[in-house]
Amino acid sequence: MPATARDYSLIGRDARLAEENGFAAAEWYSCSIPRKELKELMKRSDGPALRDTALWVSCLVLSAAGGVFFWGTWWAVPFFVVYGVLYGSSSDSRWHETGHGTAFKTRWMNDILYYVASFMILREPTVWRWSHTRHHTDTIIVGRDPEIAVPRPPDGIGLILNIFALKSTCHTLKGLFLHASGRLTKEEETFIPEMERQKVYLVARIYLLIFAIVAVASFQLQTILPAMLIGLPTLYGGFMAIFFGLTQHTGLAEDVLDHRLNTRTVYMNPIFRFLYWNMNYHIEHHMFPMVPYHALPRLHALVKDDCPPPYPSTLAAYREIIPTVLKQMRDPSYFVVRRLPGGTTAAPYNHGSIIKIAERNTGRAS
Amino acid sequence: MIANWIDACAAGDIENEDVIRFDHEGQTFAIYRTEDDRYFATAGLCTHEAVHLSSGLVMGTIIECPKHNGRFDFTSGKAKGAPVCVDLRTFPVKVEDDRVYVQIDA
Repeated sequence: MPATARDYSLIGRDARLAEENGFAAAEWYSCSIPRKELKELMKRSDGPALRDTALWVSCLVLSAAGGVFFWGTWWAVPFFVVYGVLYGSSSDSRWHETGHGTAFKTRWMNDILYYVASFMILREPTVWRWSHTRHHTDTIIVGRDPEIAVPRPPDGIGLILNIFALKSTCHTLKGLFLHASGRLTKEEETFIPEMERQKVYLVARIYLLIFAIVAVASFQLQTILPAMLIGLPTLYGGFMAIFFGLTQHTGLAEDVLDHRLNTRTVYMNPIFRFLYWNMNYHIEHHMFPMVPYHALPRLHALVKDDCPPPYPSTLAAYREIIPTVLKQMRDPSYFVVRRLPGGTTAAPYNHGSIIKIAERNTGRAS
Repeated sequence: MIANWIDACAAGDIENEDVIRFDHEGQTFAIYRTEDDRYFATAGLCTHEAVHLSSGLVMGTIIECPKHNGRFDFTSGKAKGAPVCVDLRTFPVKVEDDRVYVQIDA
């Protein structure tokens, strides 16, 4: 990854500075919730995720069946749009929640859905488990967080390509070939422990084998229909994943130790919340990652007075995100400052003054 | 090495199926009470990223770390899979006269 005004690589200048500045594995602000209430919120059950997964799988099967039945006519299009979104977008939140192990009470149920959803969203399960672990340790800390979706200055072309998961897919395919050959990148070596690496290599080989089978089937049958069902939906159905995902942190502060400053909670309609499994309550999720998705609205009610006002809609969030990203292309030091509720005693708390050390080194002002 | 029994807390200080933090001479411990009133003690910090397990969730004999959801069996200290790879240290516990004692190496 080339150096920018900030160096987002995990092995570069800002990785070292993050450690020197005390940002690595630091203590973060947490809203105060009585232990009894938190325990109640953290409680696991299989019921909600079984219900939601049954509905999700049913919709996947029905939309796929419709697409296959009407294949060759325009009637297939709406079925494949629905199938694509369920496959290539809502698998993101399923991957995410089961990665935390909070969707189901039963561990093997989490694990099965984790591996299936990882394949659908085209993420390598072991690599992303560890990358997401780091994302939670060092959320939007430059040089530490491997999941900063929109570094500054933003890569406009990359963002446009990712509407159909093109850039991310190229990156993943490159990684799959590397991992299938039994190697990791230098950055991956910083967050994937030795004992987990054989798993990375094995899964990469399995992914490539599945894609090879789909490609051979498409060739043999002289139709792209098999690929429309397995593989391509990650691309043609991926637009809602980025639509939801960019609301999480884009345009907000870097290098702060308070999720209320670098994360958004956005109110969404019930269909979006089903597709996104309540990840719109993202401040709450980062602050208390042990709370299952179905309890996040209740958690939100408990902490909202100690947080900046939630965005009233996805549209409202994008009214802020789009101008901010455009402005950051010209001025990478710009970011949205979230106002914290008055009288709050947020400790530990950091509003970014420490990053001046990094900026002084690059001659850029914030 | 001398093993000391340290008075950690009252038995009733810990709710059923829960955990509390206990600090002693610069060390931090997690003390657990199961649903059926058995008591256990482990090192207080997750072996993954040194987060206090006392803020975590007890499910049966499993403690889940509050930061990254890593799980340990607190009766044996066994790490139950990624992101925790290193087992927790465990300490003997006894309950006498409604007090919980933890045996700590001096």
